[in-house]
Amino acid sequence: MISRRELLATGAAATVATGATLPALAANAPGVTATEIRIGQTMPYSGPASAYGIIGRTEAAYFKMLNAKGGINGRKINLISLDDGYSPPKAVEDIRRLVEQEKVAFIFQSLGTPSNAAIMKYLNNAKIPQLFVATGAAIFSDPKHFPWTMGFNPNYQAEAAIYAKHILANNPKAKIGVLYQNDDFGQDYLVGLKSVLTGDKASMITKTVSYEVSEPTVESQIVTLQGAGVDVMLFAATPKFGAQAVHKSFAVGFKGVRYLSNVSAAFPILKAAGLDAAKGLLTAAYVKDTSDPALAKDAGYMEWAAFCGKYMDKNAVVDGNAAYGYAAAQTMAQVLKQCGNDLSRANILKQAQSLKDFTCATLLPGITLNTSATNYSPIRALQIQDFDGAHWKSVGGLIHS
Amino acid sequence: MSAIAGIKPQAASVPQRKFGRAPAFAAALIAGILLAFNASGYHLFQYAQVLIYMIALIGLNLLTGFNGSISLGHGAFFAIGGYGAAILMAHLGVAWWLTLPIMAFICFGAGFGFGMPALRLEGLYLALATFALAITMPGILNYKHFDAYTGGTSGLQVDKPKVPLHLPLNQDQWLFLCCLAAAMLMLFIAQNLVASRVGRAMVALRDHPIAAQTMGVNSAMVKATCFGVAALYAGVAGALDAALVGFVAPDSYSVFLSLSLLVGMVVGGLGSLWGMLAGAIFIEFVPNLADSFSDMFGESAKALPWAVYGVFLIAILLLAPHGIAGAVQRVVAFVRGLMAKASPNLTPELPAISAGNQPAEQNHRTTQGS
Repeated sequence: MISRRELLATGAAATVATGATLPALAANAPGVTATEIRIGQTMPYSGPASAYGIIGRTEAAYFKMLNAKGGINGRKINLISLDDGYSPPKAVEDIRRLVEQEKVAFIFQSLGTPSNAAIMKYLNNAKIPQLFVATGAAIFSDPKHFPWTMGFNPNYQAEAAIYAKHILANNPKAKIGVLYQNDDFGQDYLVGLKSVLTGDKASMITKTVSYEVSEPTVESQIVTLQGAGVDVMLFAATPKFGAQAVHKSFAVGFKGVRYLSNVSAAFPILKAAGLDAAKGLLTAAYVKDTSDPALAKDAGYMEWAAFCGKYMDKNAVVDGNAAYGYAAAQTMAQVLKQCGNDLSRANILKQAQSLKDFTCATLLPGITLNTSATNYSPIRALQIQDFDGAHWKSVGGLIHS
Repeated sequence: MSAIAGIKPQAASVPQRKFGRAPAFAAALIAGILLAFNASGYHLFQYAQVLIYMIALIGLNLLTGFNGSISLGHGAFFAIGGYGAAILMAHLGVAWWLTLPIMAFICFGAGFGFGMPALRLEGLYLALATFALAITMPGILNYKHFDAYTGGTSGLQVDKPKVPLHLPLNQDQWLFLCCLAAAMLMLFIAQNLVASRVGRAMVALRDHPIAAQTMGVNSAMVKATCFGVAALYAGVAGALDAALVGFVAPDSYSVFLSLSLLVGMVVGGLGSLWGMLAGAIFIEFVPNLADSFSDMFGESAKALPWAVYGVFLIAILLLAPHGIAGAVQRVVAFVRGLMAKASPNLTPELPAISAGNQPAEQNHRTTQGS
């Protein structure tokens, strides 16, 4: 609770805090000293999305490893990661604490669309970088309106556009049936599909069915798609419904090609659907399937496994979310390296805008990160993968959205 | 006996109108104004949140502490207040302060309408019905046909209120003072309500529903009105919250909010209105405290805070079974008892007060909290 000492301390701090804008040039960001760079983040360690908490833990562990090796340009990285329980008001409170009390230099990889949307305005008004947000919503890659906010995940529209291109390349006469979640997430996929399938190709989308998150199953929707005589099914679904769709489409004997949204493509989800039922699925990926023994000799995988052995628990090696967090932390470290000794917020943002063909140990071969003052989506190409009943295998080359 | 086994509101019967209230309000206002000019923006944000929770808790306490009905769905009315205010501000350009009375009115209607049929359910069944409301609310807010207004999962951004008239305040101070004024006003109204005829009817229905109805109390009407008033308080709190946070989304109003409010009310003290300040402080600060506590166990303990929170909660319920307000009243009664023993003829009014509190250990009935 509030101690008297805290009150007195904050009284003193009140006079220096907020409002006053920094001089335009030079001066390092708050939270940067000769020996330390302080970074803030909110994560859902508790609550409905707590499965993603491992992302924050991996990133903290990555910076710990960097610090053990001497940090970046002589500075140690201090990541302060607070639990927001996936609640936007809590995220706002946490971010204010990070910025005003802990005096962090910038915000890195806060997770979740609603939480990031809640803090976006505050951070942009205060000109504090909100870098590599951990969500695929397109609103976080909008440099015109929110220049201080940059995305990381390929966004859902781009992913859907890639499926559309893959379908066109492999089956230009396909009759496509789409199952989508009836919210921003699922609708983004429809938008992405339609952005590629224009003109006379628009009629390729033969049937669309939707579901609400509150529905117990999507089985009847799959039966409807099957009944419509489609030969390609696309499931723009979150994990629980993705598993149901995979299982049911197999059970009704669907013989065509099935695409599954990347968020549902993790191994445990497919296991729930039945590995037989999941055989032959396609998805668009960018993170390596670190559970695949075929990767054992892969340099990036070896780096990742060694890191997990020393700084994480063993089970993290096969966790796709952990591998994702590693890639994000590597990207962040690269930006800070590029900053050199100018750690002003303006320069941190500028360097985040200046990634050139950067590669991460846990991202698929060929996936490179590029940004510019007008491109806030670092990952724009994805790899189509095929599920062989045990692991995801890459097929064909990268496809650009 | 109260309608629900296990609920024993400690501050009993009907409070009397006294002149003794003014000092408490004056002290609260002075403390608030001192805080406003001495605390940092981040802390003012937290304190404003405390006052907002306090308003919602007062409403919930009117329902549970004074009327004996349990609501597990108070967060739903908080959500209606928040979304309503956000939609009014973002889409219709209504001034933020005007959203407070509007949402108060709408939420009263919503609460009354929901209460009329639902309150025919007794005790735990009512709790389940309201729980259903809390569970449904995020889904309703997410409903695609409302997207144009609600912004779907991504929520709705609201411009935070600006300081008017070039007052020498920053935005955080201004919002905190507005919340302070609102909380004090709502507290004052609640105190007057429980001291009124309706308030006595509420308490009578809680303690002896059959006797009260025999005496001519219209049970359905009083209960539904009480539910409406409780919703009104939640709606005002929600509207203030939307302005303070500057953002609403379905995830802002999960079931957990409703449960937190219930926890805050019990911790603060059933049947004590000032006690709701303590309850609000609990729900705002104890999760943070639990977080820093579990940080001592290292990085791997990231999921521990809620376990620590549970320990805190159990500790409070063990040490202060009638909430913080009940504990404070016991301490006060104990000290007064000591003083009365030390100097039996200390003050003229002392015997009268201690007469009501004499067997402080067994009888927690005191005048309603101040």
